[in-house]
Amino acid sequence: MMRVIATCFVLTIAGIANATEVMRMAVTTSFHNSGLAEVLLPEIKADLDLEVQLLVVGTGQALKLGRSGDVDAILVHSKAAEEAFVADGFGTHRREIMYNDFVLIGPSDDPAGVAKAASAAEALQKIATMQTLFVSRGDDSGTHKKELSLWASAGQEVDSFTGWYRAVGAGMGAALNTASAMNAYILSDRASWLNFGNKGDLALLFSGDAVLFNQYAYLPVNPARHPHAKQELAAQLEDWLTSDRAKGLINGYTVDENALFVFNAR
Amino acid sequence: MSNLFPLRVRGAKTLRRGLSLVGPVDLDLDENSTCVVIGPNGSGKTSLLTLLHGTARLSSGSIDWACGTQEARHHQAFVFQQPVMLRRTVEDNIAYPLTLRGTPKAKARRQAGIWARRVGLDAMLSRQATVLSGGERQKLALARALIASPRLVFLDEPCASLDGRATREIEKILTDARAAGTQLILSTHDMGQARRLADQVVFLLNGKVHECSPAKSFFTAPATPEARAFLNGDIVE
Amino acid sequence: MADLWAGLSQAFWLVLTFDAELMEISARSLQVTLGALIIACMIAMPLAALLAVRRFRLRRAVIAVLNALMGLPPVVVGLIVYVMLSRSGPFGVLGLLFTPTAMVIAQVIIIVPLIASIAHQSLRDLWQEYHDLLISMNVTQWQKMRTLLWDARRALLTAALAGFGRAIGEVGAIMIVGGNIDQATRVLTTAIALETGRGDFALALALGFVLIGLAVTVNLAMHWLSRTEREGRW
Repeated sequence: MMRVIATCFVLTIAGIANATEVMRMAVTTSFHNSGLAEVLLPEIKADLDLEVQLLVVGTGQALKLGRSGDVDAILVHSKAAEEAFVADGFGTHRREIMYNDFVLIGPSDDPAGVAKAASAAEALQKIATMQTLFVSRGDDSGTHKKELSLWASAGQEVDSFTGWYRAVGAGMGAALNTASAMNAYILSDRASWLNFGNKGDLALLFSGDAVLFNQYAYLPVNPARHPHAKQELAAQLEDWLTSDRAKGLINGYTVDENALFVFNAR
Repeated sequence: MSNLFPLRVRGAKTLRRGLSLVGPVDLDLDENSTCVVIGPNGSGKTSLLTLLHGTARLSSGSIDWACGTQEARHHQAFVFQQPVMLRRTVEDNIAYPLTLRGTPKAKARRQAGIWARRVGLDAMLSRQATVLSGGERQKLALARALIASPRLVFLDEPCASLDGRATREIEKILTDARAAGTQLILSTHDMGQARRLADQVVFLLNGKVHECSPAKSFFTAPATPEARAFLNGDIVE
Repeated sequence: MADLWAGLSQAFWLVLTFDAELMEISARSLQVTLGALIIACMIAMPLAALLAVRRFRLRRAVIAVLNALMGLPPVVVGLIVYVMLSRSGPFGVLGLLFTPTAMVIAQVIIIVPLIASIAHQSLRDLWQEYHDLLISMNVTQWQKMRTLLWDARRALLTAALAGFGRAIGEVGAIMIVGGNIDQATRVLTTAIALETGRGDFALALALGFVLIGLAVTVNLAMHWLSRTEREGRW
């Protein structure tokens, strides 16, 4: 029996064997939802003959995949966690690639009046004061961490929030769906919001504060920790992502005529 | 070829949950005799047959076949009162014992066809066995029991709940089998059938062999008053 | 409701135009699920037959465990398989994580208890029916199992189809061990989860309708192949 099973496994593996070079990269849901990946990946394949397989997960899980050595590189946006990742020796280095920004979404009639706020902190204070429904990712993702730090800078204690604060423990899309259904405020990255197809009565109410900028960084997995990690391919990809060619594609990417990302690799 | 008989049974007993189903039984059977087991309901006829066949566990005593128990099992077949129909065609049912022995498929089919004709089921070879009538089931069970040429066949009330015509057809198959050298041990409630088939009669009462004698003397002059009463159709206890 | 209609019409067009991406992920769904189903049947069916004909000490315990495992949450299976196959796990050197093979392994674990339990139920009933005859015929353990498996094939088909149904619609485990990688491990269910996350309900529903259609087609095909519907009577 074991032999039969083993044969089946071998057949299955043989069936998916592939000639092109393949590497795996863990990216965040927000990056993938932006649609930029669908522009970049075919170009990478054409230029480098390299197939980049994307694992679309939350930042927490992306870092976990990198720690376990299950991917060759990660592209995430949570600076403190990234620096810890490199400091612990799981990544060789951290390279900033580009940034986008977070936006505050809410009911189009804006009961808390965040559209007129002067800063992100003030906008959140208004929501907390009015106790209007607010959906939080609550999944330890980069966006969630950002949201928590914004509440902290607004002088608010998240743990003390009552029923109006709904932590859904889900990805950006699912959280947006929830917010749309409840007509609640939510912090989202701009890309996910623009690509989101189920906006309902929600509208973009506040953006532009510098604290809302969201830096993406590329971290190759350290081959000293995980010898099977494809260091050379990861280096090739890094060179490509920081090239002028990538710069043109990233800066030129728009959704509904809105530019989403700003290339800032050095 | 080693012989099954003579069969010597000494103090054989089978228990279920501490209750005696049959026994202790002492019995001697010789070759070339059709042995008919009779007795009232609950006297242990079925248990005696399964005990001799070896599918009921022997709790105490001994059952000695001339060639040894292990060898004897291979030369026996058993036809149940309610025959078990495998969920297959009539042909595959009849051929089943040959299939178990690794007989090539074509040969097993041919044999099954021959036996189906003998028992009058040749028109139904490709039907599902589970749709057969009671008489047809019994015939199938007989063909299935006889196809592997056993030297001894046990039959537990083979004609219970069959009409006269089916009973006669089955008796014809049985006498043919006996003529071909197959020994029979059967139980029955039908005294007419017992008279027609028996060379030897075992009269069971309350799980014990009450009387065991040649058919002629048993039916003309039973040795015990209970046997006489049973033959007269009286209630025996 | 608008989404539902949009989904239906989109599904219709996707199928009608043989949309390349749809064909690819549908084929992968089938490949993974049927692969898992075949392996699971090869494990579960003999196991069920053994449990029916053989009386051993832990038999009751094994049956109880199988029945309990029928309700195993796929996400837990996915996590366990993930930890096992991860590069830092015991089978990491095989490099199986995020491959269709890993998805097959997870699905096998999920559906073996289901198939074995359902198969065991019907084999046990059949064994009660056959017991006296087979014992009398002095058949070996192996012959008993073969006879039961062959004669109960119609009921076993039902068990297999139940396993297929659970596997083809499963998303939690294969999302974790497969990773939903485009053109590598994306199948219908994970694509549906992805499109739902993007808020594209119409496309998600369209894929859902394709999934339902696929499941119905496979069920019909399996029934037709075994021709059990025509023999009927037993």
